[in-house]
Parts: sequence; C-alpha cells; structure tokens
Amino acid sequence: MNGHRFTLSGATLSALPSGALWWGDRALLAVGDLHLGRSSRIARLGGTLLPPYEVAETLGRLDADIARTGARTVLCLGDSFDDLASADLGEDHRLWLTRLMAGRRWIWIEGNHDPGPVALPGEHLRDLALGPLTFRHIAQPGARGEVSGHYHPKMRVAGPARPCFLIDASRVILPAYGAYTGGMDATRPPLSDLMGPGAIACLTGPTPCALPLKGPR
Amino acid sequence: MRALPPAFDDWFSRRGWQVHPHQQAMLDRAGAPALLLVAPTGGGKTLAGFLPSLAELADGAHRGLHTLYISPLKALAADIRRNLTTPVTEMDLPIRIEDRTGDTSHTKRQRQRADPPHILLTTPESLALLLSYEDAPRIFAGLSRVIVDEIHALSESKRGDQLMLCLSRLSRLCPNLRRVGLSATVEDPAAIARFLARHPDPCEVLHADPGPDPDIAMLQTDEPPPWAGGGGRYAIPAILEEVRRHRTTLIFHNTRAQAEIFFHHLWLANEDGLPIGIHHGSLSREARERVEAAMVQGALRAVVCTGSLDLGIDWGDVDLVIQVGAPKNVKRLVQRIGRANHRYNAPSKALLVPANRFEVVECQAALRAVRDHDLDGEPRGPGPRDVLCQHILIAACAAPFDADDLFAEVTSAGPYSGLARPDFDACLEFCATGGYALRAYDRWQRLMRRGGLWSLRDPRSARAIRMNIGTITDAELLKVRLRNRLGGQPLGEVEEGFAASLTPGDTFLIGGQIVRYEGLRDLTVEVSRDPGRDPKVAVFSGTKFSTSTRLTERILAMFGEATWPDLPGHTADWLALQRQVSRLPGADRLLIESFPADGREHLCIYGFAGRNAQQTLGLLVTRRMEDLGLHPLGFVATDYATLIWGLDPVPDARTLLDPAALAEGLDTWLQGNAVMKRTFRNIAQIAGLIERNHPGQRKSGRQATFSTDVLYDTLRRHDPGHLLLAVTREEAMRGLVDFARIAAMLDRVGDRIDHLHLTRVTPLAAPLFLEHGKVPVEGAARERLIAETAARLMAEAGLA
Repeated sequence: MNGHRFTLSGATLSALPSGALWWGDRALLAVGDLHLGRSSRIARLGGTLLPPYEVAETLGRLDADIARTGARTVLCLGDSFDDLASADLGEDHRLWLTRLMAGRRWIWIEGNHDPGPVALPGEHLRDLALGPLTFRHIAQPGARGEVSGHYHPKMRVAGPARPCFLIDASRVILPAYGAYTGGMDATRPPLSDLMGPGAIACLTGPTPCALPLKGPR
Repeated sequence: MRALPPAFDDWFSRRGWQVHPHQQAMLDRAGAPALLLVAPTGGGKTLAGFLPSLAELADGAHRGLHTLYISPLKALAADIRRNLTTPVTEMDLPIRIEDRTGDTSHTKRQRQRADPPHILLTTPESLALLLSYEDAPRIFAGLSRVIVDEIHALSESKRGDQLMLCLSRLSRLCPNLRRVGLSATVEDPAAIARFLARHPDPCEVLHADPGPDPDIAMLQTDEPPPWAGGGGRYAIPAILEEVRRHRTTLIFHNTRAQAEIFFHHLWLANEDGLPIGIHHGSLSREARERVEAAMVQGALRAVVCTGSLDLGIDWGDVDLVIQVGAPKNVKRLVQRIGRANHRYNAPSKALLVPANRFEVVECQAALRAVRDHDLDGEPRGPGPRDVLCQHILIAACAAPFDADDLFAEVTSAGPYSGLARPDFDACLEFCATGGYALRAYDRWQRLMRRGGLWSLRDPRSARAIRMNIGTITDAELLKVRLRNRLGGQPLGEVEEGFAASLTPGDTFLIGGQIVRYEGLRDLTVEVSRDPGRDPKVAVFSGTKFSTSTRLTERILAMFGEATWPDLPGHTADWLALQRQVSRLPGADRLLIESFPADGREHLCIYGFAGRNAQQTLGLLVTRRMEDLGLHPLGFVATDYATLIWGLDPVPDARTLLDPAALAEGLDTWLQGNAVMKRTFRNIAQIAGLIERNHPGQRKSGRQATFSTDVLYDTLRRHDPGHLLLAVTREEAMRGLVDFARIAAMLDRVGDRIDHLHLTRVTPLAAPLFLEHGKVPVEGAARERLIAETAARLMAEAGLA
C-alpha cells in the first residue's frame, strides 16, 4: 500500500495518498468530511450553481480506495453530508453508495453538518471505540488514540497548499475527503495548538510525504 | 454655431479664456445621439464634455437626473466634481452635482436614489449597481446625456464591456439618451466610436488640435545599460540630475515591483534629500492620497509611479516624464508623455531609459514610432460572455425580463452587436440552471421562467448578486499593516502567495520602506519597520505587458538596416557582432540558434512574439522535445526569444515547429495549466459561478471556501463542453497563452526558418542567460522538491 505508515496507541495505520486512513489489521478504511451534496445545498439556499459533479467525484475516489484496500469496514468520520437534507442524494448516487456498502460494515459518525441519522443503511453513531482507538468527528483535548476529522487541515510546501493528515503521539486528524472542501492552515491555531510537540503533517498527493508540523520550513 | 448662455460668456471672458474650437464643436453637435471627442491630455476635454449639460441646465427647468458622468477612477469622479463646482458656483447656476462611488456613505447613497442630483459622477461598477435596483426606472427618469471619460482605457477592459451593456439598458429606460465619449489619442478612433454608440447608430468623431509634437529622447548615461534585467538602477545618477533640473518629474515604471526597487535605490542615492514620492496601485489609499495631495501642492520634485498615474487627475506642474524600461506599447507611451506639461499647446518633454541592452533597440524603435505618429494597439475580440452572464443576473435583480427584449437590448451595445442568439441563450441557460450537461438543478434554478418572464427563483439571492457586481478580479490580496499601534497604519497590499512565502523575520519592500514580517492576523500581514537590511521584493498583481506587434515589427525592420547611427555605440557594436558571428533576426524569417554552453545544449528561438507567446512556445517546444527524447531541462522566455537548454542537441529545429503538432500539444498542455486555472477563476467570478463576497459572512480566510482549481478540474473531467470552459479557453488563447501570436509568426515565416549551429553563445542570446523566470521542464520536479524538503526537515527535526 502506497502510504505513510505510523503507529497510534499500538495500532499500525497508513495515511493514503487519497486522504483516507487505512487500518490494515482490522481491514478498516476511515474517511473524513465527505460533504456530499454541497453543490445542491448551496443551490437550494439560492446561492450559485456549482458544477454538480462533486458527489460522483467523491464516490469515485472512495470506490477506488475500497477496491484497492479490500476494506471490510468503512468508517465516515462525520460531515459526510453537507446537511441532513443533502443525504437525499438522488437515485443514481444512492444506488452507487448502496453498492459500495454491500458486503461490508459501514459506519456513519455524526458531524456538525449532519447531526443525526440519515435515511441510509449503515450504523449511525456519535463515536466509536475500537480496540485502542476512538473514532469521532471533532478532536477532544486530552484524548488518546483518537481518529477525527472536522478541521480540513491543509499545508503549503513548495507550492499551493495540499490537504494533509496531522499525526502526533495521541491522535490523527484526517484531511477532508470530499471534492468541494476548503482547508485550514495546519500550522496556525487552532490546529497547531491541538497537536503536540513532534507532530507530523503528511501531505496527500501522488506520493504522500511526511514532514514536521512545527518549526522552520 | 450654437451660442452659450450669456452667463457663460461673461465667465469665460472674466477668466480671459476662450472657448476652444473642439469645445464649440461639442456644443454645436450636442444633439447627436453619440459623439466621440479625441483630445490630448490637458486639452480642456472634460469641460468640453460638460459644457452642453451646463448650458442645458442653466435655466433651472430640468427636474431630476440630467447627466451621468462615468470615469474609470473613483478619485477622478471626486476631482471632476470639485472642478465643475467652481464654474457652477461662480456663475451661480442652479445645478446640483454629486459623485457616487464605493466610498460614498450609505446615507448619501440612499438619498441620491430618492432624489438624484442633476449631474451624477460615478464609476461603471456603481452604475451597474444602480441599474440592479427595482427603482432604476425612477432613478434615471429624465436622464438626457451620459459622458464616458477615459473611454480609451475602459474600452480595453471588461469594465468597458460591462459599461456598454449598462448604457444599452439606460438607452432603453431613456430612449433619447445622448452618449459622449472622451478619449486620449488612440490608433483607431472609429473602433472606439463603434464601441460607444448604440448599435447601429452612427457616432461622429471630433478631433481636438493634437498640439505640438513632444520633445522626447533617450536618456544619455555614462554607464551603458546592463545586459539583462529591468529596473534601470544604472541610470539613477543621471535621473537624479534630471530631477534636479526640472520642477516636477514623473518617473514611470512598467511594474510595481520595479517601481519599489527603483525608489528604494533612488532614495539611497538622493543625497540632496529632494522630496520624492512613490505611487502605485498596491499602496494603501491613505499612502496614495498623501502623495497626490503633496503633488497638487507642488511639494514634490518627483514621483516614482506605475500605470496608476496613467489616467485622469491633473497634476499641473509636471514638466518632465521619464519612462524607465522599454515602453512595450507606443500608444501608452504617448499617453504617459502627455502627463508632462498638462497645458494646452505646450510640448511635453519626455526621456526614455532602457533598462537593458536590448531595450535600447526597443526604445529607439519607440522613439521613431512616436515621431511618425504610428500608434499601436491589438484589436479586441467581441464582448466577453462572462460579463454578459453577470449582466443577465443584474437584469434579473432589477425586474423580471423577457429574453427577446434583453437580447435586443444587449445587441445594441457596441461590443455585443455581433452576438449570436444561441450564444446569448447559452449565457441565459448558464444563469438559470448552471448550463450543465447533467441537469441537476431543475428544482433549484437560479432564474425561473414564469409567465414568459425570467426572474430570480429566490428573491433573496439578489443581495449576493449585488455584492458581487464588477469585473475587476485581482489576485487574492492581503492588507499590510504596521503592527505596534492599535490597528496599525495601513501600508498597502501584497499577493496572498507572496505572504505565504514569508516567515517571521523576513524583510520586504513596500511603499519605499523596508519592513519586517511579524505574522498574519485576521488576513492582515503585520509588519514592523526594519531599515537597513537586504529586502525581498513583494509580488504585486500588476499587469505585465508584452511588446506590441507594431513595435516588434519596427525592431525587426531596424535589424535589417546596414548601420545604426541613431543607436549608442555600445548597442550598435553589439548588433554588428551578432551579424558577424551569426545573423540578425528578420521580419519574414525565423532565426534559431543552437550552441553548447555550460555543459548543456542550447536552442534559442527568436520569435519576437511577445513574452506570453514566447513562454507558451517554450512550454510547447519542450513538450515536443520530451516526446522526441531530446531531454530538455528548462527554458526562459522574453519578449523576443525563448532559450531552451537540455542534454541533447537538436539536429533540426524545424521538426519542433510544425504548427499542427504545436496546436495539438497546446490542447493537451492547456488542460491542467496554471494559466488556465487563473483565467478560469476570474471568469467564474465575473459570470457569478463563485462569489467573492457573501452576505452576512465576512470571508474568514480560505477555510470556508475551496479553491476554484477544484471546480476547474471537476468541470474538465465531467463537463468538458461547459460554457465557462469555452470562455476560459478563448480568453487564455488571446491573453496569457497568446497562441494567436505564435500562429501568426509561424504563418508569416512559413518555411523560411534559419537554424544555425554555432560553437558558442551568440551576442544576442547572451543576455537571456541572465534573465529571471527560468522554467524547469520536469513534471516530476515538484514531487521531488517536496520529497527532498520533507526529508531534510525530518532529518533536522530528528524525526527521520
């Protein structure tokens, strides 16, 4: 698997180039902040009409990651939908999602954009403890072995910013996986405050690459 | 001859003035539906435009708005209001004159809507906003004349296209509206007349006496100009000497960054402590206003400036204009020269300062062009469709509309007179549904058709549309402020990309000061003063112009001459040496040189197609070389040549320049290109696909938004036929990619390509080795750079 390998509370994890997290021992694939339905939500609220292809784009990437890893569990870390009404994806995309769900465990963690169950199969949870790890939407100060999303971390190295994983001894924060998502500079508060000394940023892109979060650049 | 009311005659004679012939001509033809006045700077142009309005309003009978004056600059609107108020007060005319710009207070703007003045001075954007209001028909009732100032400048940009769409709307509201354009000297007044007039109305062109020819020369310096680079630092002693000898000097530079560096070094050399200021578009309004005020008071001996002083405001006592760097465009040079002796019938005095050896040739060519009154200009294409999309949204904000009516209105605007109905329909479709192949928004259309009329589905969206009116799309800019005090003193703006490259402790130049980067807070770059260190140079979003086709033709013609008595000895010798060891490029042939240097094989293509096109040529040719296994490593482009280096020699450059193959390469290359993405971002903003400003939400950095690059990539993959991609391609091909000039060059030379194989660097190619802006070819370069940086930092941090 072409990814950056690291251990968190004894679990061996891989930060994949796509922005997904792979836990090989449990055959578990975790993704953060899909924000499905963002373009239709903006349109519904009278905003601009963005290219309506981000659901296909995001599901396409997820499909490829699932095929490549052979994941038995897929865990979405919250803000999977841009709002609860966005879970009404339309026929084609619902079928696509159903096909992805077939034959594997699927967990929706709730986020601030989708704070409640949606009319889709899968388990709907606030958070989930699994072995040494805890999966939740927003990182909690002081937590250990925690996997979360929410912040959309990004970092700039030798060019425009790219989404990145943030990893330290007690947590990993995933980049946003959805196509239409912005980012927050990982080197500035609140992200820099949240991460402990020795934290690593792992940039997504053709070859994932790790570098120190803090210190001179 | 139409006589002025007696009060006017008295006023003119009290001042010892006479009505200029062109001012009288404007009065005589005041009833014409459209008039264009072409007059040199300082020719009483503005008064000529207003005299008919003042005469018509003198009896106090008119109710409501009579004349709308549009200027490209807010400052100009305010300046004109002050200038007009003088005669109106002195003649005691019952005329109310007000300006309205982005700086006008909310209360005043509300009152202007309720009770418009007789004469309203405003900008294209403020006019578009006024037209978006439901009560626009009432606001503009009675409007009789519209005056477009500096129309030569507006006609070169999308601001002008938007303004003409607004005028078509005004003409519909006020069918007898008369249009007046005021222009500086231009190469093709008829084109501007067509741009201005309501299609197909005629538009008469009036020419004011152009005045005496300017007194213009190249600045003689003891030290010859350097081989490459810009900025003209070598000439500082000679320029200071000229400043001493004149009352007030304007020193023009082509870019803001060059103006900053030059000002910094000029100041260091300014031992007499002459009062000299700096003025460019990236400085804070406060900083610019200070310099402007000092100028008006005559307190400054010189101002280092850029195109921000190209327009408008009357500086009075300027007696010398210095242009540093080749002018790139003769028309702009002539307009700049006009800033000196801003008085009727006095010759303007100007000096050209070539920044490097090649620019000596370019300046000489420009001098000849000025003497021959040979102005240049690239014809503009038809009115761009992104601006039309915005206009459709604005129309929907004002009132429900009928598509046929709007089409008729739009095609009465000069730039859109050739618009085909299917293109209009595609723009309307884009505004209504997004225009996507996947019809995802049938439920959430932005515009809906009800009872035959188009209107906003959600009336609340009008607010967001109004907040995003306008066609000026600067790069993301961050304000720069001095830390210390509460809020801190604003200094100016820098590009976001530049700000991101700074780490605390870095120093850079802004407004002539060296400042130290302290940090970023609330989207503001905080700095402290830090004199005496070697500064970086901020990246400003000023436009870089390519040398015009006409000027290039003149340069090539000069190369054909046997000797160059007009050129300084150092430059004539340099050209003679080039002719001896190789050849000089010619107008109907393409010169290509191959030679080894620094252990690399080099290929130099003298296309003379302008910087953008030479850059594109570099990208395309290196791609072809890559395909042919010729291992290119990088290239650099200037206005006249592209220099490519690589591991293998190129046996026959002709194979690289097959037009069909280049055009095909262009298609592939364009796809993911940064130039295209930048162009797309501007178009997406103008067309209303993305919003710069959102109601009730102060833009909180980039967290909330996502990059338009994502939208561009998504569209390209899923909807390659989309309207905005077509518009992007069209615009890039004319502008930043400039493929048309490559095609024209290849077409002109045909098979007359001279590929010379030489043993060493030639005199003409040598300066290219010193150029900045080298482009590496490897696509994998960035990946490698990231990996190397990461490995180093991990090792340094002890984390590897």
